Amino acid sequence: MSTLTLRQAPPERLDFLTINPLALSRLSKAEAERLPVGTSRRGVSLGECFSVALDGSDTLTIEGGLERLDRVGAALSEGEIRVAGDVGQRLGEGMAGGTITVTGHAGPYAGAGATGGVITIEGDAGDHAGGAVYAARAGLDGATLIVRGAAGAHCGDRMRRGTLVVGRAGVYAGARMIAGTLAALEVGDDAGYGMRRGTLLVGRHGRLSPTFVETGAHDLVYLRLLARHLRVLSAEHAALLERPLRRYSGDLATIAKGEIWVAA
Amino acid sequence: MSDLTLNGIRVIDTFAEAFDVAGTAIVVTNDTAKWAMIAATTMTGFATSVIGCGAEAGIDAVLSPDETPDGRPGVRILLFGFEPNGLKDQLVKRVGQCILTCPGTACYAGVDGPNKIKLGGAIRYFGDGFAVAKRMPDATGRERRYWRIPVMDGEFLCEDSVRAVEGAVGGGNLLFLGRTHAETLRVAEVAVEAAAAVPGAILPFPGGIVRSGSKVGGRTKGMMASTNDAYCPTLKGRAGSALPPECGVVLEIVIDALTSQGVSDSMRAGLHAATEIGGRHGLIAVTAGNYGGNLGRHHYHLRDLIARDGGAEA
Repeated sequence: MSTLTLRQAPPERLDFLTINPLALSRLSKAEAERLPVGTSRRGVSLGECFSVALDGSDTLTIEGGLERLDRVGAALSEGEIRVAGDVGQRLGEGMAGGTITVTGHAGPYAGAGATGGVITIEGDAGDHAGGAVYAARAGLDGATLIVRGAAGAHCGDRMRRGTLVVGRAGVYAGARMIAGTLAALEVGDDAGYGMRRGTLLVGRHGRLSPTFVETGAHDLVYLRLLARHLRVLSAEHAALLERPLRRYSGDLATIAKGEIWVAA
Repeated sequence: MSDLTLNGIRVIDTFAEAFDVAGTAIVVTNDTAKWAMIAATTMTGFATSVIGCGAEAGIDAVLSPDETPDGRPGVRILLFGFEPNGLKDQLVKRVGQCILTCPGTACYAGVDGPNKIKLGGAIRYFGDGFAVAKRMPDATGRERRYWRIPVMDGEFLCEDSVRAVEGAVGGGNLLFLGRTHAETLRVAEVAVEAAAAVPGAILPFPGGIVRSGSKVGGRTKGMMASTNDAYCPTLKGRAGSALPPECGVVLEIVIDALTSQGVSDSMRAGLHAATEIGGRHGLIAVTAGNYGGNLGRHHYHLRDLIARDGGAEA
């Protein structure tokens, strides 16, 4: 297991796009320490902030994560990244495979555009978790994003595929959703606002947009498959499906092929 | 040709001639085992012979809830056709008319294989644009795609595509030469039970048994197949009859399987089961049907099946 251990707080935000197990496995310790991770003209290198221990394995541990580490695990295709601490924005952005685990909190846009792999945030996530970055076509796009704590507003905004499991989500959860599945124990107002397709499963919710219509209670085979899937990710969320469920169809302001399942 | 003996019953030293076919398997589930079986029985109806029915189909296994993707009782169905396109056509028609229509039923791929057949992806058009697709990993973590098609009892859930296997074989067979109809039928029933118990093998004829074995062509112009006159007891004594004087009835079982080994295992099981009780039920001999060995690539020699283990096809 390769390890990066924080030596001193970085003087600026750091961009970890190029720091992943596969890239580091090809480098010597000296080469890795020279990798540029700064975001200003100062030219901060990895070795300035982290002590580097490499063993060529497909697992990378970052000890002493902090909210200034942006794009941790972005574009990851294989291997595992484990962060002890917090991370900044765009955790796992565009990742295609592998796993990322963050023991602390994550900034905004975690999992944006991620097409594969599993991201787990043990703490909270910022706004737009699993959401689309500005001008992007899609948010979460096939990966699995698990936020054990709370996520901010616009969680799963324009998500297109994949599964997003979150403890509590703020307003506009699943807004403009293209497709995919979002399960939350609680969501704020206007969940699913403007969603085209996709499934929201929620325990409690705030105000629902009037463009959602209740279709009643249904015992669908799909829910059995969803329960099996969620049991692997979060027993608490899978338990929502054991409660009586009401289904809302919408958003009728769009093509209305989405749904919100509300557990009683 | 020297004859063989198994459990005191004469076994003709010949072979069953079988053919390469396109084969697939699906799993249908329902809230109750009863309705899963109704769906499966309906879908596998009128599927005894590829020539006349377009497909050969049968029930391979009854599945318990922990063996199915959605945790409900289920049935595994095998379907065989001459070639992949014909198989696809039959599969979509039969699922569309018999599984989609059956209350509570869902449909999943039942076998892995190299050739993809679009199933839910074709039937979704019944949903008139209201159907939605969902991707989800199965119990093994493999991503699967399902269509949720709105219907009047809720939704029909159908896997987007199923797989056709390479190496499926159709036409394995055994012929039982008996004295009376009732006793020979009993022998054939026992053989069917044993042969059908082999996983991945089905016997598509009524109860697994066919009484109208056929030969290629006929005296009437244009007939693709006609009665196997050599084995008709009312034609005994004529030139070409293969029946001994004491034979009063011949019944045949026909076997299709996803693999050649499945046909071989199934024929072996049927042969042994039939001969074990055959002595008490007037069984005279067991033989197999072939076309001289020139039409089918797979030859299952009864000589090889007499041993309990080993010997696959020649």
